[in-house]
Amino acid sequence: MDLAEELAKQQRSISVAEFFERNKHLLGFDSPTRGIITTIKEAVDNALDACEEAMVLPDIYIGIRRQSQEVIKIIVEDNGPGIVPRQVPYVFGKLLYGSRFHQIKQSRGQQGIGISAAVLYAQLTSGLPTAVISRTGPDSPAYRFEVQINIETNEPDVVSRSEVDWDRTHGTRIQIEFRSNLAARKRLIEYLKYTSVVNPHARIRLEIDDETVLFDRVSDEIIACPKAIRPHPHGIEIGQLRRMLGPESGTIEEFLTDSFSRVGKKTAREICGKAQVSCTQDAGSLSPAEQKQLIDAMQEAKIPPPQVTQCLSPIGEDLITRSLEKEFQMDFIRSRTRPGSVFSGHPFIIEAAIGYGGKLPPEGNAQIMRFANRVPLMYQQGACAITQAIAGINWKNYTIAQTGLPTGPLLILVHVASTSVPFTSESKDAIASIPEIEKEIVLALQDLGRDLKLFLSRRDKNRLQEDRARAVWAILPELAAKVAEIVEQDPPDISPIEGKVMRRLVVRKKTTGDGVVLELSNYTANQVTLSLYNISPNRAKDAHPPPDFVTELDGDYTKVWQISIGPGSSWKTSYSGQGGGTMEIRGVDPQQVVMVDFDG
Amino acid sequence: MADKKLDSLATERLIGIAWKWYDQMRDGLLPSISLPTRTKRNIAYDDESEVWKYGDRESTRSAGTAKSALHLLKMAYVIWFLKTQISQNRSSTLRELYYISEGWKRAKFQAQDESNFLIEDLEILTDMQREAFHLRPEEDGATIFGPMKLREMTRRGARDIHCQDDVGEAGYQIPTNVETVELLDHEAQFVIAIETGGMFARLIENGFDSEYGAILVHLKGQPARSTRRILNRINDQFGLPVVVFTDGDPWSYRIYASVAYGAIKSAHISEILATPKAQFVGVQPSDIRDYNLPSDGLNDKDIAALTSELTDPRFSSDYWKEQIELQLQLQVKSEQQAFAAKGLDFVTREYLPARLSDMGVL
Repeated sequence: MDLAEELAKQQRSISVAEFFERNKHLLGFDSPTRGIITTIKEAVDNALDACEEAMVLPDIYIGIRRQSQEVIKIIVEDNGPGIVPRQVPYVFGKLLYGSRFHQIKQSRGQQGIGISAAVLYAQLTSGLPTAVISRTGPDSPAYRFEVQINIETNEPDVVSRSEVDWDRTHGTRIQIEFRSNLAARKRLIEYLKYTSVVNPHARIRLEIDDETVLFDRVSDEIIACPKAIRPHPHGIEIGQLRRMLGPESGTIEEFLTDSFSRVGKKTAREICGKAQVSCTQDAGSLSPAEQKQLIDAMQEAKIPPPQVTQCLSPIGEDLITRSLEKEFQMDFIRSRTRPGSVFSGHPFIIEAAIGYGGKLPPEGNAQIMRFANRVPLMYQQGACAITQAIAGINWKNYTIAQTGLPTGPLLILVHVASTSVPFTSESKDAIASIPEIEKEIVLALQDLGRDLKLFLSRRDKNRLQEDRARAVWAILPELAAKVAEIVEQDPPDISPIEGKVMRRLVVRKKTTGDGVVLELSNYTANQVTLSLYNISPNRAKDAHPPPDFVTELDGDYTKVWQISIGPGSSWKTSYSGQGGGTMEIRGVDPQQVVMVDFDG
Repeated sequence: MADKKLDSLATERLIGIAWKWYDQMRDGLLPSISLPTRTKRNIAYDDESEVWKYGDRESTRSAGTAKSALHLLKMAYVIWFLKTQISQNRSSTLRELYYISEGWKRAKFQAQDESNFLIEDLEILTDMQREAFHLRPEEDGATIFGPMKLREMTRRGARDIHCQDDVGEAGYQIPTNVETVELLDHEAQFVIAIETGGMFARLIENGFDSEYGAILVHLKGQPARSTRRILNRINDQFGLPVVVFTDGDPWSYRIYASVAYGAIKSAHISEILATPKAQFVGVQPSDIRDYNLPSDGLNDKDIAALTSELTDPRFSSDYWKEQIELQLQLQVKSEQQAFAAKGLDFVTREYLPARLSDMGVL
């Protein structure tokens, strides 16, 4: 027997399932810790995609519980359209089974690997099947499945199937148990926080052990589900072209105009001319050589770029800003949605946001939030085109310090939305370096950088004005008193100076032996209506006028007064106590307010 | 010293500053002060009094910034303190004032320079001298040795003193407030002000004062106000020429300039402090060359000081331009004592008689 025969005995096809069992890292299951995040990511992606398609506002529940020392139970439940019973085993029990692989539009999941990989991972580590409950509507019953994957055949293996009672009228619940730990807890919460930022229409509730975290929606607008478009001639390769060419394709002209976007009769004839084939020839009859000529001609032909708006769903500047405001406390937030653009025939849109100051850590690298099709990218930050684009900008132009990445209390968000996001690997952690995409990211960030610079220079100017204010507020009364002592007169009333010079709303807090006095003087030209927040250990029971409401937290009382003050008028309250604490005004442009805390 | 009239005038003018602020505040204005800017670009030669005074450049400080408001607050504290001090007939030194401010919280001085500067501001604003506020400097006054008689009002009564016969080898020490000294009589030809103690002692030892009828005044480096005031008065009252003998370096030229023209920081009282007719004896850069005096090389700071003097209006004469440019060219400087290289008597036998004849003093 020759060697070839010998080898032939060992040669056999490998099941996809078997392949992925050996190459878990390709799917984001390199470690049990990361496995949890990947599982939740895949389940949440599916839930959001399903809700979007069904035009419902996503309401997602995530439960994570420790079953034993080593086994963790993960539950993800959504209010999506549900899955018809006959499809459930395939969706969860077969790798590479999905509805979106052949569609050209923006969606989170695409290949149909993610959730079934989680099922596979569970059965490999805990040996337990995955339980799925799904219901498609109030008139249909809910079904409960226990599903596994047959590793050798990559076919679903239904362990049990039964009709059950379920309180949701429609939706899907998946319950997966695998060996892992909760080391990634912080990162997981961060992942969901990020998810919530780019999905402002979703409400996500997380129960992890005994802790509950809610990421509420900031918008009740159902987002328009992107529509699938036909492929663009520039974004196509020979293999795909061959698959599209069938016996029923009609003439080449019909094939081109019907199967591709942006191709009309004129363009179709131009392509045929360049490919040196006849327009009226039957498309199915093209020889492989002619097919090659055709695809070359398609790349050469001048064809308008694909339509961007219908197949993509950018989040929008307003919603990004509102979402960030909800999750982060910052002094400055701006966002940009760039006009659509195209790389290799694939439409894409870049969205970016910059946040500054507030409670962001004042030192260290900027916090970078990367997203692709509304999914946070949590790993391999350094390998990502977004990071490279950020590092390539000269942030010093915008008065931001930089050591490679910009530093300081800075948050940078970049969202890449595309019908085909070019990831560096199947674990979808980093975006590949595509010049068109990087250019758009840079343009968006430079635009935002200019806004930030303006904000920072205005803020510095405000600081100067505040210095002026402090001089008037803190030193003048003392000067007035001393001068009055020298000339042996009563101290002059210096409030007209304050008003004249400042034209501001002056908020004063002063504590003496008699207690705390909060005084607001409106030196602006307009009526102001505002809320005064005073947080201190004093209950202020005897405050006159009393606060509109009071809440207590860890021994600190938050006292809130709702006040309206006419131009040139003052408002004052006082209560007994030792003072200290903080004071805040809401409802008035901060530039119009001068805070003078004599206790500080 | 207790001049009631002067006291009430000083008090009145100090309170006047406070009244101005009081009125400004009552009218809803920010309190402010206006002062001439105290830089060399803002001193100008006054033809009538023949001294350098502040020019027209004024800067106004109003309490619109924290820094200026604090400056005004400190000034208010000082006025209040001086008013009290004058009314109680007490006095204090500049250094004591600095320490007294410790108790003024926010208005406390950060350094003595700051309080000294503020007192100068008050002198300008009131057009009076700090002595009128009962403030004394710590610095020693000059020492005088020579044929002249004066009367000093001491705490133990008036004392008549002859500055050769009634004093020791060290000479007569003038008090910090020379307004208590009355000049009586003299048998002198001229006054020679000397920078260093070594040269002052050399001239006494060599009997220069008796031989040439010279009143020797020891400047002790940069001369104190009282020293400049007494030179001004001897020159004015006795009509004696005043010459200044210093080291041959840029810092010593400034000593001469402050005797002759007044100092930049006291240009507001130049008229009573400066002796415009005072002449510079040496050491001149040309002396270093002509007598081949032992010398040191100029350092960077010396060169910067010389270059700065070329643009100083007080050194704008042809004589000074020539000498400074010569020194920059020679790149050397010499001390007064360098004459000792030619023998201990050289300076009194050869150099000074020759130089003073040249100048027309002898």
